[in-house]
Amino acid sequence: MPANPLLKVSGLHAGYGEVEILRGIDLEVGQGDIVAVLGSNGVGKSTLNLALSGIVKARQGTIEFDGHAIHRERPPAIVASGLIHVPEGRRIFPNMSVSDNLDLGSYRRAAKHRAQNRERVFAIFPRLRERATQRAGTLSGGEQQMLAIGRGLMAEPKLIILDEPSLGLSPLLVEEMFGMILRLNKEGLAVLLVEQNVVQSLDIVHRAYILEHGSIVMSGTPDELRSNADLKRAFLGL
Amino acid sequence: MHLTILIPAILNGLLTGAVYALIALGLTLVYGVLHIINFAHGAMLTAALFAAFFMHKLLGLDPYIAVFILSPAFFALGYALQRFVIGPAAHGSDSNILLVTLGLSVVIENAMLHFFRADTRTIDVPYGFSVVPVAGAYLSVPRLVGFGVAVLVAVLLWALLTRSDTGKAIRAVAKEKLGAELSGIDVSHIYAVTFGLGAACVAIAACLLIPTYYVNPHVGTGFVLVAFTIVVLGGMGSIPGALIGGLFVGVVESLCGLYLGESLGQIGIFLMFILVLLFRPSGLMGERA
Repeated sequence: MPANPLLKVSGLHAGYGEVEILRGIDLEVGQGDIVAVLGSNGVGKSTLNLALSGIVKARQGTIEFDGHAIHRERPPAIVASGLIHVPEGRRIFPNMSVSDNLDLGSYRRAAKHRAQNRERVFAIFPRLRERATQRAGTLSGGEQQMLAIGRGLMAEPKLIILDEPSLGLSPLLVEEMFGMILRLNKEGLAVLLVEQNVVQSLDIVHRAYILEHGSIVMSGTPDELRSNADLKRAFLGL
Repeated sequence: MHLTILIPAILNGLLTGAVYALIALGLTLVYGVLHIINFAHGAMLTAALFAAFFMHKLLGLDPYIAVFILSPAFFALGYALQRFVIGPAAHGSDSNILLVTLGLSVVIENAMLHFFRADTRTIDVPYGFSVVPVAGAYLSVPRLVGFGVAVLVAVLLWALLTRSDTGKAIRAVAKEKLGAELSGIDVSHIYAVTFGLGAACVAIAACLLIPTYYVNPHVGTGFVLVAFTIVVLGGMGSIPGALIGGLFVGVVESLCGLYLGESLGQIGIFLMFILVLLFRPSGLMGERA
């Protein structure tokens, strides 16, 4: 556990209407860390992300980011503080060009460094440079995922949350995507990777949390988790 | 029919159509972003016409000067309406927004009926009846000004939406609300800005109309019916569609008036509306679902 975590979630409860989805989540991400939240469909992964970014209100518990409590903040303030969430399903702006999509990544934060950050994103994803003037809705699934991450990077995140970045990609692209996420982390970016893809996620993260029915049921280093009999049975099919 | 009658009819249709387009622009912008028809649009136009009327009557301000006060004032009014009345009353449901704007239109129109009575009023400006010869036709100067300003506003609006961060945020919210929120765009602010822009469009339209038109508490409704046709014709949410649709509708109305008689001019608009709904429901420039 990091001594002075960048993100610290304690006893978080959240849900929709009568339904409580998250039932007391505790979780930490340190500076420069790469941490995974793993679990199958419908266990509350996306709700957790939406609560972290202020879209879904926290009902109980606290979220501290970079030394400040953010669980009562609205989404724009959370983006301004440097917590950037790249959502499941990419959520790019299909009617706008690739470069307009990137520009909007710096709508709230790092607008001054826009040109230079765009160059950086193009260096990471050369495909986006080739398609800079193309409408984002016409990109392939993999390119849209690159664009979604690129848009997130435009805000110079302190922590980037990646929700299911491997969803719907070919095995080869998944491999490439995980390699790229690892490289971003090696350059110092803290990453919270939220995935169903347990095996490949465990290959690149420092620590992981296993989420089931809205609670963390296990956590530890990849080695600890891989040797856990329950996890093997439930997720790895071994 | 002889060209000396046909050409002036077409030119006059274009002049009327440009102001229709301006009203439709506000409607289509709000529809494109909030995905609702703003039923208060007509009442706001009426209110703007009264505002322009009284600024001339009481303060002696020419409508072409009043526009510089009324368009920012209506922007602020529209912003506040959406941010503090429509938004909170809607509780996140689109059908509620629809009902709230309908309710607002009833309140605004009846308040005007109460305070200003049902009388029809006009203003006198020195240039009200000036004409200039264009291509063999004599065109009204205030309506030519109206055409120029309406086209200019459409171009400026287009530039705002494609060049500025706020404009890009408006387009982003229109298509992908969650993605916009996660990029740090304040969606309720953008909704209010969009509503404000729609209100500013009717304020400008009112200042362009009042020198040659009249105002009474129900005058806005007729315009908005035509504007709604234009929005559907041009493609719901499309700015170029509203401009082209508006000009087209103006010409159709003028030609139908010429052939069928002045009072039947609007029949053509609604015939065309039905044809569009039958054969191209997404509109001329609209995206197919």
